[in-house]
Amino acid sequence: MSDHAMLEVRDLYKYFPIRQSMLDILLRRPANNVKAVDGVSFDLERGEVLAIVGESGCGKTTIARTLIGLEEQTDGEILFHDELVGAHERRARAGLVPLEAGTVGSSEQKVFPRMSMKRLRQQAQMIFQDPYESLNPRATILEIVAEPLVVHGLARGRDERLERVKTALEEAGLRPAEDYFLRYPHELSGGQRQRVVIASAMVLQPELLIADEPVSMLDVSIRAEILNLLRDLRQRRGVSIVFITHDLSTVAYFADRIAVMYLGRMVETGPAREVLANPQHPYTKALISVIPVPNPRLRRERVILQGETPNPIDLPSGCRFHPRCPVAVEACKVTDPANVLVGENHHAACLLLNVAASPNIASGEAAST
Amino acid sequence: MNENWTLFKRNLSDFWKAFRRNRLGLAGAFLVITSILVATFAPLLTPHAPSDIIRDEGGHGLTFAPPSVHGPLGTDDAGHDVWSQLVYGARISLMVGFMAGFIAMFVGSLFGILAGYFGGRIDNLLMRITDILLVIPDLPLMLILVATIRQLDLKISPLTVLIAVIGLLYWTSTARLIRSQVLTIKERQFVARARAIGAGHGHIIRKHILPQIMPLIVANTVLILSTAILVESGLAFLGLGDPTQPSWGTMLNFAFDRSAITNGAWWFYLPPGFAIVWVTLGCVLLGNVLEEMLNPRLTAHHLEGDQNMIAVPAKGAE
Amino acid sequence: MTESLLSVRNLTTEFHLPDGRIARALEDVSFDVLPGQTIGLVGESGCGKTTTLMSVMRLLPASGRITAGHALFKGRDLMQLSEQQMRSVRWREMAIVFQGAMNALNPVMKVGDQIREPIELHNLMDRDAAEKRVGELLEMVGIQRSRRDQYPHQYSGGMRQRAMIAMALACSPSLLFADEPTTALDVMIQAQVLDLLKEIQKHLGLAIVMVTHDLGVVAEVCDSVVVMYGGKVAEYASADAIYNEPQHPYTRRLLASFPDLIRPSDTLASIPGTPPRLTDLPTGCRFHPRCDVKVEACDKETPVLKMIEEQSAEGGAIHCAACHLLHGEEAKFQ
Repeated sequence: MSDHAMLEVRDLYKYFPIRQSMLDILLRRPANNVKAVDGVSFDLERGEVLAIVGESGCGKTTIARTLIGLEEQTDGEILFHDELVGAHERRARAGLVPLEAGTVGSSEQKVFPRMSMKRLRQQAQMIFQDPYESLNPRATILEIVAEPLVVHGLARGRDERLERVKTALEEAGLRPAEDYFLRYPHELSGGQRQRVVIASAMVLQPELLIADEPVSMLDVSIRAEILNLLRDLRQRRGVSIVFITHDLSTVAYFADRIAVMYLGRMVETGPAREVLANPQHPYTKALISVIPVPNPRLRRERVILQGETPNPIDLPSGCRFHPRCPVAVEACKVTDPANVLVGENHHAACLLLNVAASPNIASGEAAST
Repeated sequence: MNENWTLFKRNLSDFWKAFRRNRLGLAGAFLVITSILVATFAPLLTPHAPSDIIRDEGGHGLTFAPPSVHGPLGTDDAGHDVWSQLVYGARISLMVGFMAGFIAMFVGSLFGILAGYFGGRIDNLLMRITDILLVIPDLPLMLILVATIRQLDLKISPLTVLIAVIGLLYWTSTARLIRSQVLTIKERQFVARARAIGAGHGHIIRKHILPQIMPLIVANTVLILSTAILVESGLAFLGLGDPTQPSWGTMLNFAFDRSAITNGAWWFYLPPGFAIVWVTLGCVLLGNVLEEMLNPRLTAHHLEGDQNMIAVPAKGAE
Repeated sequence: MTESLLSVRNLTTEFHLPDGRIARALEDVSFDVLPGQTIGLVGESGCGKTTTLMSVMRLLPASGRITAGHALFKGRDLMQLSEQQMRSVRWREMAIVFQGAMNALNPVMKVGDQIREPIELHNLMDRDAAEKRVGELLEMVGIQRSRRDQYPHQYSGGMRQRAMIAMALACSPSLLFADEPTTALDVMIQAQVLDLLKEIQKHLGLAIVMVTHDLGVVAEVCDSVVVMYGGKVAEYASADAIYNEPQHPYTRRLLASFPDLIRPSDTLASIPGTPPRLTDLPTGCRFHPRCDVKVEACDKETPVLKMIEEQSAEGGAIHCAACHLLHGEEAKFQ
């Protein structure tokens, strides 16, 4: 099955080295790394929506930037349509390894053709968090939306280019598109700007959209519109979406799968409804419990984790969640839990689940069949 | 190209509407434009050429004639018409100022953009060059340079030497200013977005960096102009100008050399000084106002659009 | 009936834009803040919620002017006070937690010193006592005393917000304004900060005016709610009534657009269109261009606030809304 997944990420690592002072080098102190992404694997099917959820500093944005090639991964493979993208391709272009095909690293690795960054970016586009910042304030909407076409040398004719910009804007809900052509970003509201960002991402008709907190800066009433727009695009165009957010309540609507991240790892992954209705990892449970409920009569018991995400330089021993975990036991300080299957396609990494795993699966499967 | 034209017209009219309200800016523009007009139409404004010797009825040269005796501004020690010299001097002063200013702006912007955008080694190299030029005192260096180049007898006109020396020494502050701007723009999200789209360096610099710093470049050019004119006047005053093509600074030099002050010939030394003040003041006023106006963040009112307070501070998030 | 701590009556604020236009940022805003209670000002960006706070504190930018209305705080009309008197009221009686903690803290000053600053400005106690107080405040908001001498950049986003709260509490005010205190924060940190605010309120018995666009936050902490739209009060009621018997179409749609985890539907309801620009307000009801139940009168006449439920003697809260479709007496505030 995973052979046909559109996007496969295997054991992705991204460390940011911390610059050492001269003194540190002289004293031969070991170099430190910010372990932003620390071994993440996932697949994405065509037309699927994967939500990556976590607090700031959990590495979710780094994953997005690495997928689109804005950062170079430290290790791991990203396969897009069975073609390698990312760091290897850059190294290949620098002449360190052959470009066309070949092995990278150990010989047992499979041989994959490589995809150039330019081609990847025709097929994968990113939507940034802040619609106030991600548009060039001195470019018109027409220029902004046409930019990907210009960069990739597509639709060279004037009429054809205008036509594609118009279609993209109208698909993003800005009608009539001509009214927006000559306007500047500062003349638009936040919601309209985010639609322009989406139009410009969709103008190349990519297969993959990476949306980094696309609605967190918007008012609640506008959020709904943007989320609905993304849903429509996915239904109409069959585009796959990696949706990155810290807010579980916004993903409930249209994510097929949810991956909850904590400190560079995915601690729970599974079908969206299943994860929301039946969370297994204590971190997921806490995250779900603090989502504000828009009705005072339905106030629930909330699990508020104390403290904040530790810094990803010195990771806690054992399970990296144990210092904040409300149900941590002694073993959690020592053993790093592995992913266990807790339901259909539903994985979680918690030591306490190992004990309860088998009956849980049995009952879960019994219920689903 | 239709829409570009519409856009250009609209931007221009928006700019004019805002500019019209600014009195200081209008005053600056008036000062600069009048001096440019005077320089352009010099022959129409003067009955004499600057080298003509004015004679009285008896055929004797009129030396140190006060304005009451001759012309609007009298004559100098050799009987030349001061008004003509002043008007033709505008051509030389402005030309040297403009050319040197543009060279300085071009070099400064280029260094600033390259250093800021590429960073790392390029930044280090370019900025060290800038630092070296910044710490050497300008005036002595220029004096030595101009004098040495003269000595070499290279058949370059003295004015060209002046232009080149001023232009190639006065770009350092611009380079630093532009570099710091580019550094902040480079980190903004729309640049990351352009990279995510797949754009190369050339495209990003042309389409995303340059339009943001263009206002700064324009405003700075106007400011640098005034510096260049002042520096040229200073050098010419010290005798490094071209005596055959006298600028305002050269006029002051002559006036000093030929004891206009002891003779009480104020009409000889005051007008060029006043002209220098006229142009530099105009440039400074215009430059400051342009800088203020072309920077959208200084003019936009938060209630004009929906981008009000909610949007700004959250930038620090994540 | 409890005496209200702050009574805002018919507050109207205008901004004079540089090009001569006038933006009507607030019009006829009235509400009451009872001691020890939390009131939420809710609405989209540009609806005037922050302007309300700034008008009451009289901290408007130079272009803003309060043209009508009163704000009675402990029986004194803040609008009549001299700037000198006002200065002693600010922070001493009513403090504010700004929304962007990073921008509101001075980056080159130790956090502890910044918390001490208002105490010293108001000459409340000597240096030693002030120093002790800083320690207590830090502890109260859950920051270790040892981090007193650190600078804001060494704090995380959540801790900065806590420091802001400590600073607001420095002079023991009786009223706390919180301007989007959780907007830029993660859900978990948001929950921590809200929890902290509730805790402090219980502990110190202060009243809180919370400005937010997030109905979920309001539901968690507020006792009563003012829903604002285009600079006017659209609906004013107890939190329970707002969520369970909303009367104004805008409130209803705002609630519907909020994602509900418990009963997720397939499509989120949304409010089409954008909030009005304050320089260019629609005629009649300001919400009518986006309203789905509008009638003929909506674009001609401005609806008045109508009383749906009177304030009862037993402490039952007032409920009023401004919509032509509702019936009732025009609401009058004493």
